[in-house]
Amino acid sequence: MLRFIGRRLLVAGPTLLVVITLAFFMMRAAPGGPFASERRLPPAVEQNLKARYGLDRPLPEQYLAYLGGVVRGDFGPSLKYPDKTVADILKQNAPVSLKLGLASMILALAVGVSLGVLAALRRNGVLDVGAMGLAILGVCVPTFVTAPLLILLFGSTLQWLPNGGWNGGALPNMILPVIVLALPQAAILSRLTRAGMIEALAAGHVRTARARGLPEAAVVLRHALRPALTPLVSYLGPAAAGLLTGSLVVEKIFNLPGLGKFFVISALQRDYTVVMGMIVVYAVLVLALNLLGDLMLAVVDPRVRLS
Amino acid sequence: MTDLATHPTPAARGRSLTDDAIARLRANRAATLSLGVLVLLTLFALFGPMLSPWPYDQVNKDHVWVPPLTDGHLLGTDALGRDLLARLAMGLRVSLAIGLVATLVSLVIGVAWGATAGYIGGAVDEAMMRIVDVLYALPFIFFVILLMVAFGSNILLIFVAIGAVEWLTMSRIVRGQTLSLKQKEFIEAARAAGLGRLAIVARHIIPNLLGPVAVYVTLTIPAVILAESFLSFLGLGVQPPMASLGTLISAGAQDMEMAWWLLVFPALAMAATLAAFNFIGDGLRDALDPKDR
Repeated sequence: MLRFIGRRLLVAGPTLLVVITLAFFMMRAAPGGPFASERRLPPAVEQNLKARYGLDRPLPEQYLAYLGGVVRGDFGPSLKYPDKTVADILKQNAPVSLKLGLASMILALAVGVSLGVLAALRRNGVLDVGAMGLAILGVCVPTFVTAPLLILLFGSTLQWLPNGGWNGGALPNMILPVIVLALPQAAILSRLTRAGMIEALAAGHVRTARARGLPEAAVVLRHALRPALTPLVSYLGPAAAGLLTGSLVVEKIFNLPGLGKFFVISALQRDYTVVMGMIVVYAVLVLALNLLGDLMLAVVDPRVRLS
Repeated sequence: MTDLATHPTPAARGRSLTDDAIARLRANRAATLSLGVLVLLTLFALFGPMLSPWPYDQVNKDHVWVPPLTDGHLLGTDALGRDLLARLAMGLRVSLAIGLVATLVSLVIGVAWGATAGYIGGAVDEAMMRIVDVLYALPFIFFVILLMVAFGSNILLIFVAIGAVEWLTMSRIVRGQTLSLKQKEFIEAARAAGLGRLAIVARHIIPNLLGPVAVYVTLTIPAVILAESFLSFLGLGVQPPMASLGTLISAGAQDMEMAWWLLVFPALAMAATLAAFNFIGDGLRDALDPKDR
C-alpha cells in the first residue's frame, strides 16, 4: 500500500512539472501582457513594473525562478492586484469553489446512488424510467442550459430563490448552483450504480444470501450494494474533474466569487502568476482525487491489488 | 412458389458479422429514431439558411426581439434583429462541423498512437502509455482555455485544441484492442498461412478495431460539440457574427427574460443533437458487441 502511494506520488511529480511548464510557456506566448491596458503606460513606467516583477529577465530564467518559488510554496505576487499575493487570492476564492463542489458531489452521490439502486431493484418500473430520463437529461442538457432555465423559473418568475450571488454561502444562494453542478454527475452516477447493481443482484453470492433466507434489505444493502459501488469509486477522479469544469460555467452564470470565475478573467488579463497558481491548485486537486479513488477502490474491493 | 420451381434454390448465403450488426442496430428503436433525427438535423444545418429570406448575420434594428411566427420570422429574431432560424441553421452547421473535424483529429492521433504502442509493445508501449497517463491527469479544459486566450479564438485552433484533448481515450481503446487481437488464434493462423506483417495488420487487425473505434467516435462527436459550446459560452469559442449552438445559447441566456425563444430553440437543437449521437453510439455498441447483451 505504502509503496503504491509512493509510486503514484513519483508519477505525480512529473505530471505537475508538465502542467506547470505547459501553462507557463503558453501564458507567455500570448500576445499582450499584464501591463498592456487601454491606458498606455509611459515606457519607463512599464519598464520599471516589469523589472519589479522580474519580467524583464530572459524567459528560461523566469521559468526556473518560478519553479523554485512553487517548490517553496511561494506563488508570487499578483500582477493585477499589487497589494495581494497569489496565495491571498487563492485563499479568498478557493473556499467558495470547494464548498460548491463538495455540496454538489454529496448531492450527486445521494441522488445518483439511491436512484440507481431503486432503478435496478424495480427494473422497467417508474423509478427506472425516471433514472433513465435523468441520465439522458444529464448527458444532453448542458449546465449552461439548465442554469438559466432554473434561474428563470425559481429566481425571476417564482422569486423563491436569488438569481445569483454568493452572500457568504447562505443556503438559498447555494441551492440552484449546487443542483446545476450536481445534475450531470448524478446522471452518470445513477447509470453506473444501476449497471453495477443489476450485475451484483445476479451474482452467485447474492443468490446464496437469498437462499439463506436473509431479509431483502440485508441482501441488498450488505451483499449487493458493496460490489455494485466499486465502479463509482474509480469514477471519483473524473467526477472531480467534471465538477471543476462545470464550476467555470456555474460560477460565471450565478456570479459566484470562486476560482472558476477568476480563472477566465485572470487569463484574459494576463495575470500570469494568478493563472499559474490556479492551474497548479486544479492539477493537485485532480491528481489527489485520482489517487484517493484508487486507494478507496482497494479498500472497497479486496480483489484489487495495488502494485 | 413458381419462382422456386423455375429457379433452383441458390446456395444459402452466409450472414456476415456486419449483416448481424446491421440487423441488431435496425432492431434498436432508439438508435434508428436517432439516426432519423440526425439526418433531419444535418439537412437543416445544410439547407436551413434557404428557408429564411434573411442571411444569418443581417442586422435589422426595427425588428428586435420579434417573437416566433411573426413578420415572417418563423423562430423570431434576436437582440440585433437577426433571424433566429437562419442563425440556428448556421450555428448547427458550425457545431456539427467542429464535432466532425475535431473528432477526426482525435481519431487520427489516437489510432496512430494506440496502434503503434500496442503493435510494437514492450518498452515503447510502456513509455507511450505512460505519456498518455500523465496527460490524462491534466485539467485539460484549462489548457484549452489558455490556448484560446493566448492565441485568440479561431475555428482552426478550436478543431486542433479539442481534437488534441479527446485523442487520449481513443489511443487507450485502440491499444487495448491491438494488444488482445495480437494474441488471438486467427492472427496466429494468418501468420502460419504465411501472411506478411502488413497484410495481417490491414486484413485482420484494423477491421477488428473498427467496431470499438466507431462506437467511440460516435460518442466523441457529442463530447466535442459540448466542449466547443462550453468555450463559446465563456466567450472563447466561435466569434460573432458567426454562430455556434454554444454562442446562441449563451446569447439566449442573457436575453431569456425578454425573449425566451432565443434560449429555448438553440437549447432544444443542442439537446436533440447530443441525444441522437449518444443513442446511436449506445446502439452501435450493443450491435457490435453481442456478448454484452
